[in-house]
Amino acid sequence: MASLKIIWNIFAKDLRVEWRNRETLASMCVFGLLIIFLFNFAFEGAREETLRLLPAVLWVAIAFAGVLGFNRSFASERENACLEGMTLAPVDPSLIFLGKMLANLLFLGVAEVVMVFAASLWYNFSFLPALGQLVLIAFFGTLGYAALGTIFGAIAANTRMREVMLTVLQFPIAFWILMLSIDSTADALRGNPSGDWWSGIARVAGISLVFTIASFLLFEYVLEE
Amino acid sequence: MKKKFPISLHAALTLAGLAIALYMIFLYAPEEMTMGEVQRIFYIHVPSAWTALLGFLIIFCSSIAYLWKRSQFADELAQATAEVGFIFCTCVLVTGPLWAKPAWGIWWTWDARLTLTFLLWLLYVAYLMLRNYLINPGRAANLCAVVGVIGFVDVIIDYMAIRWWRTQHPQPVIGGGPGSGLDPRMATTLLVSWIAFVFLFFLLVRIRLGIAQMRRELGDIRHILAFRASED
Repeated sequence: MASLKIIWNIFAKDLRVEWRNRETLASMCVFGLLIIFLFNFAFEGAREETLRLLPAVLWVAIAFAGVLGFNRSFASERENACLEGMTLAPVDPSLIFLGKMLANLLFLGVAEVVMVFAASLWYNFSFLPALGQLVLIAFFGTLGYAALGTIFGAIAANTRMREVMLTVLQFPIAFWILMLSIDSTADALRGNPSGDWWSGIARVAGISLVFTIASFLLFEYVLEE
Repeated sequence: MKKKFPISLHAALTLAGLAIALYMIFLYAPEEMTMGEVQRIFYIHVPSAWTALLGFLIIFCSSIAYLWKRSQFADELAQATAEVGFIFCTCVLVTGPLWAKPAWGIWWTWDARLTLTFLLWLLYVAYLMLRNYLINPGRAANLCAVVGVIGFVDVIIDYMAIRWWRTQHPQPVIGGGPGSGLDPRMATTLLVSWIAFVFLFFLLVRIRLGIAQMRRELGDIRHILAFRASED
């Protein structure tokens, strides 16, 4: 119970900070929308084209918007030595990780809803028939992506050129989360021609859980001085 | 270690091994039927790939060892291995297209093994960049060890995911290695070449470890000098 409260406190703190300055979420949404808008103009096409391209466009937008948010997540903690304060608190560092990760997950999730809505509007495409599956894919894909983003954001906050460092760490390692999410999203939007809707989601979920657990276990070494 | 296996002997063995490997590659191994002479790059390409993979395994083990035992040696070993492994991985990516162009007619394709090697190379790049961009180098050991462990988890995931990825993906084009009807002389050449490469790999790692040790001693000396200067 006590650990749940710690996680909740950190999560609520991030939400409160975000509520007061509205920087992270706004920049993530605007950036994601811009990517979708640019791609929409770059490949104006028929429905078959859209089906082929939309999953990739959406996940690329999610990937870039996510990196933007993860960067801020720990960069903001370094200002005024907030990170030191958190490290000094007598709590398990893994709980700090969970709190920060949940906040990142929520921010990216909200940005995803905005992006999917805009994509649906601009590409004249309805996501409703496959909504259930898409929510599952998006949840598990984003979970793994946010877990890696949280730990790499914390690592990159220790470097010069931290934006570059986060991207260089995040993309090769989160590569399969993104690729398999794109694959299962495309499958779901096509109405699962192979008739097997579960295995794609299971793979994304499996990889995401492995990375989430690994990040959870290793996070204490990142904060350690 | 140093007394049991002096570095000069190690270097001599490496040179001899490389010379034997060169002889076997160009004179002993038979010419491949369809690809001709070009196929001989195989004996450089494949051993480099195996060695690059071995390098990341060593980074993983020494990262775990560092996080567990806090041994400075494990951290220096991980760094030395990363630098040398990166060179071998780059060698794979350079010799690959050189071979692919005459053999397949294209420089590059996103076949399973090429994708894996490229991802491995990106991991090496990320690891080395992190080492060099830290504001406070005192934290390098911890942070790099974390990336070393997650990176290796990623290598394993790569191996599984590449099989899931769009199931119509072509099977690896580069035969199945030894056992898939490779001439025994070819297999021997490959093995000898790999042993020579592993010797070279560890020789370079040892030299790099020596540099790390000297740098550490130099740091200590500077520390003492600065302390004495402040006392005067």
